[in-house]
Amino acid sequence: MFEESKRMESTDMKTEPAVQTQSRAARRSHGRVFLLAERCKGCRFCVEFCPRQVLAMSDRFNSKGYHIPMVIAEEQCTDCKMCELLCPEFAIYVVRIAGEEL
Amino acid sequence: MTEAQHPLDHLLRADRLPHIWCPGCGIGIAMRCLVLALEELGRPLDRVVVVSGIGCSARVAGYVRLDGFHTTHGRAIPFATGLKLAKPDLTVIVFSGDGDLAAIGGNHLIHAARRNLDLTVICVNNFIYGMTGGQFGPTTPLSARSTTTPYGNFEPPFNLPALVAASGAVYVARWTVFHVRRLITAFQEAIAKRGFSFVEVLSPCPTGYLRRNKLGEALEMMRYFKARSEIRHGADPAEAGIEMGGKLLLGKFVDIQRPTYHERMREQLARSFIEPYAEKVSEEIKAEEVES
Repeated sequence: MFEESKRMESTDMKTEPAVQTQSRAARRSHGRVFLLAERCKGCRFCVEFCPRQVLAMSDRFNSKGYHIPMVIAEEQCTDCKMCELLCPEFAIYVVRIAGEEL
Repeated sequence: MTEAQHPLDHLLRADRLPHIWCPGCGIGIAMRCLVLALEELGRPLDRVVVVSGIGCSARVAGYVRLDGFHTTHGRAIPFATGLKLAKPDLTVIVFSGDGDLAAIGGNHLIHAARRNLDLTVICVNNFIYGMTGGQFGPTTPLSARSTTTPYGNFEPPFNLPALVAASGAVYVARWTVFHVRRLITAFQEAIAKRGFSFVEVLSPCPTGYLRRNKLGEALEMMRYFKARSEIRHGADPAEAGIEMGGKLLLGKFVDIQRPTYHERMREQLARSFIEPYAEKVSEEIKAEEVES
């Protein structure tokens, strides 16, 4: 259960421009967002205050019935950690992915 | 959900999470800023103690993986005072709410500031008594509704930065839980500061305050913090009063230096006991030298 919820699905939103920006953006160093869904209480701070609109609310619930967010544009994430800092629940964090040499 | 996954889990009692605070409550953010500040300061964490009173904010002492002291209502500062006097080398942090520190423990707050005891006091101000059911308190703004002021509050509230600055604190700052990075810096400065340092953290209380005043969810309050905050370092804390829907004056209001309680105490002890004794001994030594 944990493994399943840990990595938020970027596959949910195939229609978003995730695929197009693959080329250059994916090779830069960037952030990868992880969610501990069972801790989330759905306050939406992370969605609202992400400066690059990486997150959105999903239509899924955790086992306590709270709406949880999901990643819709991971390639936009700059590892600024704003979502991590503003999460009152210690439920979201960002890991820096080192980029390739361009 | 006990797997240590979050990068801060080693500083928290992760088995106690998710915590008891309501969705959107800002205390979790203030707690994160505290543990991040402590981690970045690099102090040995076994020499840090978090003392708290009663209330929602006071639960922090039980969630951080530090020595903690969850004391009686309003008496966090007296317990911290005793701790600091017995073991002056400890870093003592008082983390509590506005009701605990400014109402029930109001007297202790001003007297600890007057003595300039080397404590760091973090006061999470959510404008209300949250845990007991949303009664109005000494920080509730005028005209705000609560369970005990259903037609609006008519008691003027405390301006905490002004109160503490006037009582003699050497470091006074106010931030909101929206200004996370500045809050971390403020905590670091307050902990590193020698003397009584006070940080007021404005936080949304979605259940006790916002819902009763029809101010929306916690997110609305965060937007308000973002939109109506005015940062002015060194501003006169007397101007930092809070009105319903008015602008919020934030910043580092006071950062001065004056002798701490321990410095004054050592000075007095030296003057009363060590110096006369030392004079007497040196006279005796001289007398012996003359004799020989």
